[in-house]
Amino acid sequence: MTRKVQPNSEMVQGTLDMLILRTLVLGPAHGHTIAHVIEHTSDNVLEVEQGSLYPALHRLEDRGWLASYWGLSENNRKAKFYKLTAAGRKQLLAEASRWRQMVEAIGRVMGETLN
Amino acid sequence: MNLRRFFNRRKRDADLASEIEAHLAMEAEENRARGLSPEEALRRAQIKFGSQRRVRESEWERSTMKLLDDTGRDLKYAARTLARAPGFTIAAVLVMALGIGANTALFTVVRSVLLQPLPFNQPDRLIQLYEQSPNGKRLYSYVAGGMYAAWKQQAPSVEQMAVYGTDSISLSGDGGPLPERIRYAECEWNLFPMLGVNLELGRPFVQSDDRPDAPGTVILTHSLWVRRYAGDKAILGKTILLDARPYTVVGVLPAWFSYPDQTTQLWAPIYHEKSPAEMRQIDNHNYFVIARLRPGATMAQALSEVDTAEKRVHNDSRNPFVGSAASARTLLDGLVHDAKTQLYVLLGATSCVLLIACLNVANLLVARSASRRKETSIRAALGGSRLRLLREQVAESLALSIAGGVLGLPLAWAGVRWLVQARPDIARASSIHIDLESILFGLGIMALSGILAGLIPAASLLRSPLLEPLQESSRTNSAGQSRARLRRILLAGEVGLTVVLLIGAGLLLKSYQHLRSSNIGCDPRNLLTMHFSLPGARYDTSQKVAAFYEQLLPPLRALPAVKSAGIATALPAQGYGGDSRFTIPEHPAPPPGTQLDAIVRGVDPGYFSAIGIPLQRGRSFTNSERLDKSLSVIVSDSFARQYFPNEDPLGKHVKALDFQGVPPQGFEIVGVVGNTLWSLADDETPTLYFPLYSGGWPSASIAVRSDLDVASLAAPIEKMIAQIDPDLPVADVLTMEQSIGKSTLDASFTSILVLAFAAIALLLAAVGLYGVLSYLAAQRTSEIGIRIALGAQRSSVLRLMLLDGLRPAAAGLILGLVAGAFAVRLIRSLLYATNPLDWTIFAEVTVVLSLVAALACAVPAWRASRLNPVQALRLD
Repeated sequence: MTRKVQPNSEMVQGTLDMLILRTLVLGPAHGHTIAHVIEHTSDNVLEVEQGSLYPALHRLEDRGWLASYWGLSENNRKAKFYKLTAAGRKQLLAEASRWRQMVEAIGRVMGETLN
Repeated sequence: MNLRRFFNRRKRDADLASEIEAHLAMEAEENRARGLSPEEALRRAQIKFGSQRRVRESEWERSTMKLLDDTGRDLKYAARTLARAPGFTIAAVLVMALGIGANTALFTVVRSVLLQPLPFNQPDRLIQLYEQSPNGKRLYSYVAGGMYAAWKQQAPSVEQMAVYGTDSISLSGDGGPLPERIRYAECEWNLFPMLGVNLELGRPFVQSDDRPDAPGTVILTHSLWVRRYAGDKAILGKTILLDARPYTVVGVLPAWFSYPDQTTQLWAPIYHEKSPAEMRQIDNHNYFVIARLRPGATMAQALSEVDTAEKRVHNDSRNPFVGSAASARTLLDGLVHDAKTQLYVLLGATSCVLLIACLNVANLLVARSASRRKETSIRAALGGSRLRLLREQVAESLALSIAGGVLGLPLAWAGVRWLVQARPDIARASSIHIDLESILFGLGIMALSGILAGLIPAASLLRSPLLEPLQESSRTNSAGQSRARLRRILLAGEVGLTVVLLIGAGLLLKSYQHLRSSNIGCDPRNLLTMHFSLPGARYDTSQKVAAFYEQLLPPLRALPAVKSAGIATALPAQGYGGDSRFTIPEHPAPPPGTQLDAIVRGVDPGYFSAIGIPLQRGRSFTNSERLDKSLSVIVSDSFARQYFPNEDPLGKHVKALDFQGVPPQGFEIVGVVGNTLWSLADDETPTLYFPLYSGGWPSASIAVRSDLDVASLAAPIEKMIAQIDPDLPVADVLTMEQSIGKSTLDASFTSILVLAFAAIALLLAAVGLYGVLSYLAAQRTSEIGIRIALGAQRSSVLRLMLLDGLRPAAAGLILGLVAGAFAVRLIRSLLYATNPLDWTIFAEVTVVLSLVAALACAVPAWRASRLNPVQALRLD
């Protein structure tokens, strides 16, 4: 079984924010869906610590990168939906390019696999 | 953004809670779909989510602004503490409200009247120029028309100059409303353009209006236009009558224009109004001069230029009535100078009251913090920061001052409204209103007094070691000595300020009483007065003028309720009324360069007996002394003493030089009458009385005495005058006492307000003394118990406690007497016939304060001396 990685605790700060923004490119979603999408698309490698998901969503909303509204979920349950704003889209692009640079740089330092 | 989040905390939290709930429900549903039991499904979901509370708390904290939150909590806590002592709290809040309200109101007035620039174009370049009066008594006096002409030619640093004068005149015309007597001003044509005033309607004066041969033109003030002509624009080009002469209305001034005061109702060109000869006179001081400096020029430059011109004219003329020095001040200063000292004195008094109120609140808080020393120490020991403890202290006084401010600002609003209504005579009264700056000022002093009152007691928190009280045993009898010292110092300061206020109030009141009780020379009771002026256009000969008076007096005296009636050109205490140079033919001519001068009056034969001026020698006038048979004069006692010190004035003669048609041998002195004052606040001046029936006195006042209510006589008398001349307006219908009250309004207003503030201060000081001594007594309960148990006499305990309370009062008294001796210099100009260092006032204040202090201390001291030693020792 693959070891699970919790983005907020072990990975670079801000990664969770980027992942949330990336997820919402596909369309508006509520918190539960966002967590699921992150977990599924990462083949369950990344496990979202749900306790920090909601503070992250609120922080992103406060910064104006997300907008929220109350709607009905697929099971007809009242849920809060988040969607990407124009500013959020720009932020996502910036963060993604920064991420790529970082990965390349780290890759160069690490060189070939060590095993 | 942050603030919005802060105030939305509760809603955001509720949102988050339901969001989490929805999340858990979805998760549980999925778990159930995988076949778990509902309970297990929910449990797993909750485990996976982790602590809901932690998420919500971290969100709550993120939205919280710590400082705001803490302050709110401190204030809430303070409000609860204060609510536990409602009596004190209400008193403190009321005093704070009064202090903040009065200060805000006065600040508003001072700012609107004294500090705000005049609403003219570039007002900083506008100055007012004066002549100093030839006798040197008045630094800022009227300017003669001829002198103005000389200045105008020799002042290169002045861009423009304009002259104006004020007078009263009868307004009538077109069968419109009743004729009325109004104040008006006559000005040079360039005055309005120079000030930068754009007319609301019509055109300003032009140079061709401002000539003796031009047709008459007037500009109305906005208020007259609205009041008398109902704001009708068709008034432009219409003709109105001033003193029965026709004038064309060419313009209307804007509503904001109320220069030089609110009573001035219309303007006319001065060189049209006054004869060229009059405007050339250099010794007839009648006018005001406004000048606009050239850019870059200073007032001092302009003054030195006109002063040089003045000195040259003076030296050329060899006439002692020509001024020899000029003076200048800014236009604003010239306008508001009279109100200045008064307003600053009132502002000083209200600041004192506010300061005393702060000291009193501080005093109380010292007591409270003293009783909480143990609690404070324990909290410090448990890790409470000093800052936190300090903040709690300040919060309490801040809560008081905020409540005070909430009450005080409406009070300030009401105060300003009242002031404007009570004193419309204050310069620029119409510009006084509460604006944003006033409110900010009010909020500022609210915060400042709250912090000040809180920091004084809190200061000891910062100084003293916090843990010491824990080491004191509960039986220590010297507990809190430093707190007691602080309270004594505060108290001494409070008493000192009170003494200063009391001295100021005492002096102003004494001066006011002097003013009111000054003997004007006749009995002012039951005397009704009114004034009128016969318009020169209709009363164009002496015969017509004399006939009017002769027609008026007999029916006036025949009115049923009238006991006696008289007519004079000016009544006692109702103004200067004019003067004349004179010579005495029987005496050698006065040395060159000096001239004799006296006040002149025209009076009817029955005047002296009618208003009660005693005839000391000789006789009064007779009815046959009329027109050119008016050959006699009556002099005042002071005139006789000054000019005939060792001889009988009767039968001697006086040549009045400023009269037309002087009898060649002069007027013969036929009587001597008692002195009268022409103004309550000025020295008595030698006076000459001439026959009214000479016909040379077109403007006069009626005085009527009755045993009934004299005010009820006004209507029948006015009706009687209307029967003789329906177009003659009557003005200033007042009882003599009202008229005196009006002229002493300044003095009564200031002295009564300062007295009220002083009374409040005294009350506060008494409350403070009482509070301190009660506190000291409570602190020393066990000590006193021991003393009594050991055999101390109750009387000696009483003395001990009394001295304890009276010592700070005595220190404050001395402090206040010394400070008062300096402070009275500031109000010297407001005092009439009163020495600022009047020892009786200082003595009275000392007695009053000592009595009040003794009374305030007696109660707690007596209570301490009645202490039951057994009970006292069982305490703790």
